[in-house]
Amino acid sequence: MFPKGTKRKFSDSGDEPAAGGEDVNQPSSVAVRMLSSYSLQRQSLLDMSLIKLQLCHMLVEPNLCRSVLIANTVRQIQEEMTQDGTWQIMTQALSAANAAAQCSADRLVATEVLCRQTEATQGEQVLKPFPAVGSEGCPAEEEVVVEEEGEGGVTMSTVSPQAPTSYLPGTFGMDPCWEEENGEDEEEDEDSEECGSGSEEGDSDRLVEDSRTAEQVFGTFEIKNPAPSPDPALEELFSDVDASYYDLDTVLTGMQSAPKMGPYDLLESLSSHGPSPLSSSTSCRSDLNELDHIMEIIVGS
Amino acid sequence: MDEEIDTRKINNSFLRDHNYATEADIISTVEFNPTGELLATGDKGGRVVVFQREQESKNQPHRRGEYNVYSTFQSHEPEFDYLKSLEIEEKINKIRWLPQQNAAYFLLSTNDKTVKLWKVSERDKRPEGYNLKDEEGRIRDPTTITALRILLQPMDLMVEATPRRVFSNAHTYHINSISVNSDYETYMSTDDLRINLWNLEITNRSFNIVDIKPANMEMLTEVITAAEFQPSQCNTFVYSSSKGSIRLCDMRASALCDNHSKLFEEPEDPSNRSFFSEIISSISDVKFSHSGRYLMTRDYLTVKVWDLNMESKPLETYQVHDYLRSKLCSLYENDCIFDKFECVWNGSDSVIMTGSYNNFFRMFDRNTKRDVTLEASRENSKPRAILKPRKVCVGGKRRKDEISVDSLDFSKKILHSAWHPSENIIAVAATNNLYIFQDKVN
Repeated sequence: MFPKGTKRKFSDSGDEPAAGGEDVNQPSSVAVRMLSSYSLQRQSLLDMSLIKLQLCHMLVEPNLCRSVLIANTVRQIQEEMTQDGTWQIMTQALSAANAAAQCSADRLVATEVLCRQTEATQGEQVLKPFPAVGSEGCPAEEEVVVEEEGEGGVTMSTVSPQAPTSYLPGTFGMDPCWEEENGEDEEEDEDSEECGSGSEEGDSDRLVEDSRTAEQVFGTFEIKNPAPSPDPALEELFSDVDASYYDLDTVLTGMQSAPKMGPYDLLESLSSHGPSPLSSSTSCRSDLNELDHIMEIIVGS
Repeated sequence: MDEEIDTRKINNSFLRDHNYATEADIISTVEFNPTGELLATGDKGGRVVVFQREQESKNQPHRRGEYNVYSTFQSHEPEFDYLKSLEIEEKINKIRWLPQQNAAYFLLSTNDKTVKLWKVSERDKRPEGYNLKDEEGRIRDPTTITALRILLQPMDLMVEATPRRVFSNAHTYHINSISVNSDYETYMSTDDLRINLWNLEITNRSFNIVDIKPANMEMLTEVITAAEFQPSQCNTFVYSSSKGSIRLCDMRASALCDNHSKLFEEPEDPSNRSFFSEIISSISDVKFSHSGRYLMTRDYLTVKVWDLNMESKPLETYQVHDYLRSKLCSLYENDCIFDKFECVWNGSDSVIMTGSYNNFFRMFDRNTKRDVTLEASRENSKPRAILKPRKVCVGGKRRKDEISVDSLDFSKKILHSAWHPSENIIAVAATNNLYIFQDKVN
């Protein structure tokens, strides 16, 4: 289904589960490898599609036909991943990693900005980026990874194995508020404390927006766009504006001049991302509880 | 670091990211007029160049019917939509000629937002004075002059183009097609979500005849990609979609033709299913045959001929470049999978032609079922030399003249071409070059 010429970002990780396995399980490890290869390719296709949706031309209106086709492809992948359970696991793992990462000062602007809480009840969950570089921020995550490999990966078929959960900008409902976040973070990059508080402020906005469906990216065409403003101060000014106003900045309008975390950062985070398998659900439990706790606080306010 | 990023963003806001000069010459549409005497091309810079066929002369038989530049004019200028803070490209998306009714020629040209009617006419006389003097230059007695007339003096032939109508502010989305109706009074303009019907004389009003915009834009999954009037029935038209379906509509049925009369759609082949299935099924061009009985559609890998009386599947399917089927992921990555190729019929509807990559274009003979791949490039063909058929080698050993799939140049694509309405003359646009090929005459 996929051509042999496809770039495999995580070609090594596909072999890892089999390496630790028994020889007796040879056939199953082959099957696992094939499955993981498919998942890898599917994942890289998803990554590519999400980037395409974001990297629109600055001044000219993006081609609607192209955007619709890419969005349909993303939706198709998402549906398939939801069906085989990969989606749920991935988002849970990412949210766990994110929760841990939120405390880290080494976080990249990229990951900070795309952190968002998800509503577990909804089928469509907004993806969170796996911290691309700031691995120091989540030691728990790394340990889990090591363990997973050691076990021989019997469970890998259910988890998107060594899935390149690289950079998954939450473009489902890729929302606008992350532009604002960018603006704030750019200024407060050095200051870890403010980073945290900045994200919390943004959280309430994000929660409001997350309650909308993922397809809202198309809503942009209905609303007039504001003039692109690279000035972070202006971003802050508009931070209290009605959420729908920010639709203008979502991926399909291509008004990407505002985000400080531009396409360059996206690519960097993708390329620098090393193989990092998903943690199993058990290790996430405690993190998830913490997450729920934080959610309650934020939603409560 | 921050400053650098800001500067870069500011620069990108005000400057194009390509070399403006070369980009502007890229040909974006090619069209013969109904008699084939004129050939119009539109380019990315908003210019229209009209070529005229030389009259055959007995003195120089070898220069039979060559096309020379007849008129050049700037049809559209770049605009800026201040409300949306977006540029409106001046690129000419389509040109359609009106049938000739007098000495002047009329064509419709459109960019993303505005359609213009241009009049191209010749002038070989110029006004010079009034009939107030007699032959010898003496001023005539005013009482003998009963009517004031302008005297015309012969001059060098000049071809001038004047905009006669501007049809604007009717499209929120990008116009992809225009089609003149056989009643010669109306025409339609099509954007991603709507089709509007205009009267050629009236610019301040148009009628919306198709609207597929969902109430909630979040639910948008399909767009209109092309539309055309049936060549003989002025009430019938078709439009194609990004999901690979073609709808035939009858304007007599209702004012808003959202409900189709016929739906042409081929069920998907489950064995070929992939994540790219939908993208490659998106129809990039739809053309009625001259007879009006058949419909031709172009999707990414194939050209299909449909019989208007059979909606369930196409009559004929031709593989344009099936060797790309295994490369879809790479083509998705470099965006080539979104290229919109056009297709054309010959005058007798027996041969169809469409473009491909590496400056290749393909012709399919519907009767003999033979096909040929030709190349439009200066290196491989001298003027007046016969074009040599090309072949793409799919796998295994590559023969001497064949080219392997991996060597294909995907930046050289032939998206636009045209076929003379009655003779075997074709015009092929290869990026910023126009090639005109004719049948060899003995």
